Amino acid sequence: MDFSYSEEQQMLQQSVSKFISQDYDWDSRQAISKSATGFSAEHWQLFAELGWLTIPFKEDDGGFGGSAVDLIVTMQEFGKGLLVEPFLANTILAGTIISEAGSSEQKAALLAPLMEGSLQLAFAYAEPQSRYHLANVQCTAVINGDEIVLNGHKSVVLNGAAAEKILVSVRTSGESCDREGISLIWVDASAPGVRRECYASVDGQRAADIWFDNVALPASNLLGNAGEAIDVIEMTIDKAALAVCAEAVGAMEMSLMKTVEYSKIRKQFKVTLSTFQALQHRMANMFIELAQAKSILLMAAMEMDRLKGRAPKALSAAKSRIGKAARLVGEESIQIHGGIAVTDELDVGHYFKRLTAIQFSFGSTDHHTARFAAS
Amino acid sequence: MNIDFSTEELAFQQEVSAFLAAELPGDIRDKAANGIELTKDDFVTWQKILAKKGWVATNWPVEFGGTGWTPAQKYIFDNECAKFGAPEVMAFGLKMVAPIIYTYGNEEQKQRFLPDILASNVWWCQGYSEPNAGSDLASLKTTAVREGDEYVVNGTKTWTTLGQHADWIFCLVRTGAADVKNQNAISFLLINMKTPGINISPIYLLDGSPEVNEVHFDNVRVPAENLIGEEGKGWTYAKVLLTHERTNIAGVAKSKKRLQDLKEKAAQTSDGLSGANSMLSDNAAWQQKIAELEIELLALEYTELKTLAEVSTGQAPGPESSILKIKGTEIQQAIDVLNVELAGYYSLPFVRDQFLEGFDGVAIGPDQAAGSAPTYFNNRKATIYGGSNEIQTNIICKAVLGL
Repeated sequence: MDFSYSEEQQMLQQSVSKFISQDYDWDSRQAISKSATGFSAEHWQLFAELGWLTIPFKEDDGGFGGSAVDLIVTMQEFGKGLLVEPFLANTILAGTIISEAGSSEQKAALLAPLMEGSLQLAFAYAEPQSRYHLANVQCTAVINGDEIVLNGHKSVVLNGAAAEKILVSVRTSGESCDREGISLIWVDASAPGVRRECYASVDGQRAADIWFDNVALPASNLLGNAGEAIDVIEMTIDKAALAVCAEAVGAMEMSLMKTVEYSKIRKQFKVTLSTFQALQHRMANMFIELAQAKSILLMAAMEMDRLKGRAPKALSAAKSRIGKAARLVGEESIQIHGGIAVTDELDVGHYFKRLTAIQFSFGSTDHHTARFAAS
Repeated sequence: MNIDFSTEELAFQQEVSAFLAAELPGDIRDKAANGIELTKDDFVTWQKILAKKGWVATNWPVEFGGTGWTPAQKYIFDNECAKFGAPEVMAFGLKMVAPIIYTYGNEEQKQRFLPDILASNVWWCQGYSEPNAGSDLASLKTTAVREGDEYVVNGTKTWTTLGQHADWIFCLVRTGAADVKNQNAISFLLINMKTPGINISPIYLLDGSPEVNEVHFDNVRVPAENLIGEEGKGWTYAKVLLTHERTNIAGVAKSKKRLQDLKEKAAQTSDGLSGANSMLSDNAAWQQKIAELEIELLALEYTELKTLAEVSTGQAPGPESSILKIKGTEIQQAIDVLNVELAGYYSLPFVRDQFLEGFDGVAIGPDQAAGSAPTYFNNRKATIYGGSNEIQTNIICKAVLGL
């Protein structure tokens, strides 16, 4: 049992932290978020040069090592800066799918350029009716000899706008909600029959709903064995869930810090807000929630590493607890700031937005409480 | 960073488990399993067994007879003890006054008091709170006036847990000016309970137990050599002690065991419905409450492990230990309530004798159902003692957030 970061992890943390504090101030972040693509291509290249795009991957795949602890070290720092670059959607989600399900040819074609920063991918798994149930797949792919024909609708695909290729979970056999019969394929975003509606998400990121209408693909676009993809999908979503848990911890840390600082400056009734016990105790409660969130994040990351990426119970405990903390810390940061925090101008409201989006991504708080109870 | 136990730690776990299986007296284990109150003898017997093995002072430095365990070893030991239902070591001597004595006491005091604490030859109690000094502890009024080589002590201490068994009491007393807010006038004094002028009277709690007492001091003459450290520094020493106390009262290992027991009982308790899914454990509302509590406890377990890791580097637990106190007691009380819920109607019978040694009547209700409500009532104390949870919140505000 060891609670300290390795030297490598400390260096990683310092390097990401330095980037956020020096190159990712609030005005720059807002400008990037509101730009045409919603992220900075320059920053993305820098991430590639610094090796950050290899963090979630095994050394065999040319990655940094792929430990869950490495991932949370990185994501906590990204969370502090409310990073909008598609590290989560492209690198973690799509990258993990290829790393876990792809053949060596597919890794060479997709994962290598992804790590070099020259390829944008997205993973389309959610559907309008599926909510958080990953086996609820109604998109169909009919495999006929050398050809696959894809039909269906995927919802809220993160990085769906920028993605040049889209990884899709599809049903190749069985009934909706069967665990068997789900497969993974990749498709060019520009292929005939692919239609995208792109939009911004509430947290300043980009996503898309995507429709597939008789999209024809070569059979070689299948990732892994037909009908056996559910384990890889679950593992990937759990990894993404861990990543956003860490991001939430970073965002909560900033929300608390900004709230405490503001309370020491803002005066009402001729005294600073920090002198009111009603507010002091609310901030102490935010601190306790954050401490519990940090603890359970470490637990989940260490369990993920111990169980080789498959620790659904530990992950659900973390996502449930951190979701609860994120709700409280986000809402309280607004309340204690007062009206100014409901304006678009102040950063605190944007931390609140990201903390909210995280609560409803990769399984809501209630979803994970129930999954914890059932496992 | 990793969560694995080393080979040595796994071997240690087996050693602890084997020790408990062999050495924990059967009658004490049965009492714990059946919710029977432990007597003074039970506690002392068990502590002497632990002392013989060298495992009683888990928080002391090795030079005074402590175990020198790593955080992982302490964690393993606490969890194994909870699993076996071994009594918790009485904190007053071993975990509360001893750290003050070995940190702030002089050589003579260390030699005089520590060996008897280690051997459980002496039962200690705590003299902090007073009838008019609860959360506002620094307003305490018990005085100790120096007369030659003695202090003359007058006043009243209250909430003295198991003081009826005690041989010695450690007290905060006012040695200086009568200014009630002056924390620099408070000193830390050790007093033999057999000294003339001490009277002790029981206070009965909501569960009917005389668990706490009032201790009255009427011109009690205490040798000046019983003063710990410097006169007027008692408040500083006490604050350190309080951080130890807070860390101790999180009770994570015990809550884990109680929650596990609760889940097992719920799986055997009818929900009053017929057919499939008719056990309380199948009820969705019950499942959600249990899951949320388990998750909270899991988070607290890691908060505690991190704190232990800090303490193991020689630091006193910091203000973060307030989190352990707040969350630990909230969880204990949440489990108390669920036990009452589990018992249903059988939470109503109040048959106190049923939980005392030697009861030979007809036990009412299943297992410990009849003890659930008294335990719930009694343990409302947990969020009040050791510095109420609101005081802990103030500590976080001041010491951590700088408010």
